[in-house]
Amino acid sequence: MVVEVKGVHYGVGRREIFAGLDLVARRGRVTAIMGPSGTGKTTLLRLITGQSAPDSGEVRVWGERVATLAQRDLYALRRRTGMLFQNGALLTDLDVFENVAFPVREHTNLTEPLIRELVLTKLHAVGLRGAARMMPSELSGGMARRVALARAVVMDPELLIYDEPFVGLDPISMGVIVRLIRQMNRVLGITSIVVSHDVHELAAIADESFLLSQGRCVASGSPEELHRSESEVVRQFLDGVADGPVPFHYPAPDYREQLLGVDRSARAGRAA
Amino acid sequence: MSRVTARDGMVTGSLRRIGAVGVFFAAVLAQCVPALLRPRHIVHQVYNAGARSLIIIMLCGLFVGMVLGLQGFDLLQRFGSEDALGVAAALGLLKELGPVVTALLFAGRAGTALTSEIGLMRATDQLTAMQMMAVDPMQRIVAPRFIGGVIAMPLLVAIFDVVGLFGAQLVGVQMMDVDAGAFWSQMQAAVQLNDIQEGFIKSVVFGTACSLVAVYEGYHTEPTAAGVGLATTRTVVTSSVLTLLLDYILTAAFL
Repeated sequence: MVVEVKGVHYGVGRREIFAGLDLVARRGRVTAIMGPSGTGKTTLLRLITGQSAPDSGEVRVWGERVATLAQRDLYALRRRTGMLFQNGALLTDLDVFENVAFPVREHTNLTEPLIRELVLTKLHAVGLRGAARMMPSELSGGMARRVALARAVVMDPELLIYDEPFVGLDPISMGVIVRLIRQMNRVLGITSIVVSHDVHELAAIADESFLLSQGRCVASGSPEELHRSESEVVRQFLDGVADGPVPFHYPAPDYREQLLGVDRSARAGRAA
Repeated sequence: MSRVTARDGMVTGSLRRIGAVGVFFAAVLAQCVPALLRPRHIVHQVYNAGARSLIIIMLCGLFVGMVLGLQGFDLLQRFGSEDALGVAAALGLLKELGPVVTALLFAGRAGTALTSEIGLMRATDQLTAMQMMAVDPMQRIVAPRFIGGVIAMPLLVAIFDVVGLFGAQLVGVQMMDVDAGAFWSQMQAAVQLNDIQEGFIKSVVFGTACSLVAVYEGYHTEPTAAGVGLATTRTVVTSSVLTLLLDYILTAAFL
């Protein structure tokens, strides 16, 4: 077990995001975390990576309770972890080569020829060796995501976390990212956690999926098991139904009363 | 009642903010030693904060010196002491105008650049990405920029003073026919090391204050476009007020 989330409660202000969340990510497997927008998928990644601490419950990574780690231990743990951000989060003042070389330069004393070889190998793996001297502002969204992926794996992490890796990509770029995620997992044996709501892409790469809704994990299993599920929440999410257990409307007062209320106040204003 | 509450809130808020800046300052200082071990980053930041501000500093220094030459000449000739123009310009620039005007220009040029750069890094997850790569942004981003600002300020003040003196000389000696020998020799005789020291200490203090405000505001930017804009504005306002406040305190201390 690489990641264990047990009975996690977490809220922001009065809003409860997780109400007893449980899930696990097993070694060497691709774990998909799915759910509608606003269910706290990215927040969960923040808890797993120690950027936030749960109100109660525990998040363990390689058996260590992340929330209680000192900064030095947390950084030691993060050196074994790679993360692909939704927007790539490339360092805008460095070119592609230097972005990928960044963690290597920060954490090792490798010689320049070795760094060059390492970086070019990773860039070649994502198909962007030829873009080594381009600046992040010159890259398309898909290219930036691939550079970020090369940077995430340059230190050969044991755990790779992907935050919405398919958002805003064209079908070709999306296919490339799907292939790369699968390749990183199968070839390098990296444990992967992919957070997304792209059901079809995840079905192609996930070994195990967890569906989050209303602060809990409402379904889990292989993509096939989820597709066979009769659960209303699972069906609504997989079939893309607008309304159901996950309501289409954000909680609001009665529509008619609200409209009439506006009308009444407008009339009152005119009368005054 | 509500006014009292509001005032209490403002006082509490201000104290909390001062406390937060103090804690942040301590954290930056703690990261300065490891940051100094990588001088390449510091040199880069001195270039960014210093060299890139050179044109505006020199231009403003020249005009301030020229104005000082004109005003000084007008005042001194009423007492028949035009020959003391060199001393007046030198003391005015070294002790007061050089550090203060440079700090104000620094806040507007380099300070805003620092805040918006760090703020945009915050808004685009670059700082979080660094933390995820086990790289402390305080050490890698904040500390080098802070040190760069502290080093750049006295250098900029020195250049401002030299160009300012040139401007005062240009007006006084070249245009108003003040005797060049008197201009320079009286300056040489009257300006003491203490005067230069005062200007130097002021420049270091202002450099520390302006750089701290700039990196603090950048690091704590709300990660939105409006947030970066607000942080940049706060940098200019806070740095300017702080510079003038510190100038009064330091001037009083040196007298």
